[in-house]
Amino acid sequence: MATRQRALLPVRRRAPGAPGARRGRGHAHRVRRREAAAGWLFTAPAVVALIVFLVLPIITAAWVSISDWNGIGSPFSSGVHSVGAANYAALLAKPGLAQQDLGLSIRDNLYYVLLVVPLQTALALLLAIVVSRKALRGRGFFRTAFYFPSVTSSVAVSMIFLFLFADAGVINAALGYLGVHGPNWFSDPNGLLHMIASGLGIRSPAALTGHGLLGVSWWDWLAGPSVAMVTLIILAIWTTAGTFMLLFLPALYNISEQIEEAAIMDGAGPWTRFRRITLPLIRPALFLVLTLGLIGTWQVFDQVFLITQGNPAETTLTPAYLAYLVSFGNQQWGQGAAIAFILFGIIVVFTVLQRLVLRGRGSLNDVRGWRA
Amino acid sequence: MKHGKAFLAAAALGGMLVFVAACGSGGSGSAASSAGKVNKTPLTLMFGSSGPAETKAVDTAAAAFTKQSGIKVKVIAASNLTQQLAQGFAAGHPPDVFYLDPGSFQNYAKDNALYPYAQSLPNAKDFYPALRTAFTYQGKFICDPKDASTLALYINTADWKQAGLTSADIPTNWDQLATVAKKLTTGGRVGLVLDNSHSELDEFLYQNGGTVVGSNGKVDLDSSQNVAALTFLKKMLSEGILKFPPSLSSGWSGQAFGENKAAMDIVGNWLVGAMQSDYPSVHYQVATIPAGPTGTAATLSFTNCWGVARSSANVAGAVDFVKFLTTPQQQMAFSKAFGVIPSLATLQSQWQSTFPNLAVHTKELAYAHPDIALPNDTQALTSFDSALTQLVTGNPATILQNAQANLAPLASQDG
Repeated sequence: MATRQRALLPVRRRAPGAPGARRGRGHAHRVRRREAAAGWLFTAPAVVALIVFLVLPIITAAWVSISDWNGIGSPFSSGVHSVGAANYAALLAKPGLAQQDLGLSIRDNLYYVLLVVPLQTALALLLAIVVSRKALRGRGFFRTAFYFPSVTSSVAVSMIFLFLFADAGVINAALGYLGVHGPNWFSDPNGLLHMIASGLGIRSPAALTGHGLLGVSWWDWLAGPSVAMVTLIILAIWTTAGTFMLLFLPALYNISEQIEEAAIMDGAGPWTRFRRITLPLIRPALFLVLTLGLIGTWQVFDQVFLITQGNPAETTLTPAYLAYLVSFGNQQWGQGAAIAFILFGIIVVFTVLQRLVLRGRGSLNDVRGWRA
Repeated sequence: MKHGKAFLAAAALGGMLVFVAACGSGGSGSAASSAGKVNKTPLTLMFGSSGPAETKAVDTAAAAFTKQSGIKVKVIAASNLTQQLAQGFAAGHPPDVFYLDPGSFQNYAKDNALYPYAQSLPNAKDFYPALRTAFTYQGKFICDPKDASTLALYINTADWKQAGLTSADIPTNWDQLATVAKKLTTGGRVGLVLDNSHSELDEFLYQNGGTVVGSNGKVDLDSSQNVAALTFLKKMLSEGILKFPPSLSSGWSGQAFGENKAAMDIVGNWLVGAMQSDYPSVHYQVATIPAGPTGTAATLSFTNCWGVARSSANVAGAVDFVKFLTTPQQQMAFSKAFGVIPSLATLQSQWQSTFPNLAVHTKELAYAHPDIALPNDTQALTSFDSALTQLVTGNPATILQNAQANLAPLASQDG
């Protein structure tokens, strides 16, 4: 967003020494200075808002994360002292509950991200393709219907899911008709991968339980999402697929019919057209959806807060919820802020990785190459 | 925590509206008036309500105080008291008077944010000792307990008769408890339900001669007595005569008891209100909590106190307000309105004659231990609870050792 604002500024419009600069360098300089001043004036409200609501809170949080602030009065008052990296050390280096909870929360959220991001992106793209087809009657209706979960408040959606997935709820009743005994969704802490492993006869091998990372053994890292986490994953996919469908739609409308027709003339089937034409042409939208999805899923908080509170057996704990629990529950504000910054680091790393992966693989050239 | 998830969510929604409405009605009053005059700066009272009955009773009490003293009181029913209190303290404008749970009490007392009024009031000795202990920090009694709750044994009388049991069979020790739980367990119903939280399970540790926090203030969770107590619970769980609410698809033990998925429940007197409003047709009896194998009687007590912020603009008015709220008349009014037990030991006989069916709860206060509360304990207790939830497959000794390792350092910072 910041780049767009800068592009709108008149500041850089006239390069020095350009053909229009007849009255000498001094005048051009003055004009540019005036334009720059006007530019700053026009952007001042936005800049002030950014500083007050973005920069200052981040600086405050950064200070809290290296301080011993106890949550009473201003964090900048004289009674608050710096503790250096102690809060980070307690989370990352010192074995104990703080470290173990952070490890568990990262594990839980990692499985959430690994499942939600690809599935919601695929579903959103599928919905967008279906809705963008001209042959479909009542497209407006379907577009609204698919988008509806996204505009519904997450509190309401969470409440509905609490009822749906209750032990004697609709889902289990439906499974019961099919002769399946549904699990106790919100209170089943068993990891999916552990369940598969125990089905294959593997139970906590010593090689994996002996060592670990962040106070969580490798065996527990490999637990997979718990049954309770799976319900949160389903909820997330269901609510956000509609939003991302909206981002895919304009990208799909932008693909010129001529390209499609040319491909058909060249004998490309539907799958080839999707792989070699649609996907490369909507790459910017895909990148946006994946990035937003990645950031949003690492920050998941409200469903955890409303539905599971990190239970059962801390298998739905997420760093965002842990930061809240440690700050407001435990009153350890420094550690809570430190968790938030660790989460920030994780998000940056994942976004950069995803950027590298997406940039490495072809672009529009794919289309040209295919046509040649 | 004790009212179940669905209730919390509903309360959150309702409370949010109240809070928003309350916020809209003007800020706090002017600064303190000149010397010599009585400080009439308006007060703010923030509390977490269990329902409309409690909200109305607190509103009425605040209005009565305003009439008597001339000090205006703004009443805020918080949707999430712990969080909203923390926000108030962080912003430097906490409410003047507020409900405070023993865990948060430890945090704020450690940070010297509470005005310690209780010790010097003339009625300091009238409160039950177990409740006073919960609000004593470094030997100083800080704030007045608001009310009291203890755990007792609730029995579904219809199930009891159906199983051929009589009043002579009411269990007084663990063996008898297990025996009747077995008799009461049928196909669709379990004999005993307990909430899967330390707040409803720790009494077994005390009953077995163990402690959670000893009289020296040190955490002593991993003793052999405690391991034996958890092993006893684990045995009942694996025999299927004791279940936790999630495996009965209930949000909390009271729901399982009310829906008759369980015949007995060891729970606090907050169950009474829920039975009245949600399951009025279910008949039950309240019995004294069974003692341990060696006859040690023990239960857990729960309470909140009336906290007063040290930074209040009208500390004297706030203390007067608390004095008003803890008078015998006002405590009996609260009892009648929403079923809490008065915190004044001096009211015991009057209360017992008014509510004879609940007399058990106050009699138990003589041997009650306060539920564990240490500074910054939320994370450690959450972890302990989630381990207890897995008790049927877990190892009691490991569970207690982990909890000991997490909680012991918190007690030592208590000085």
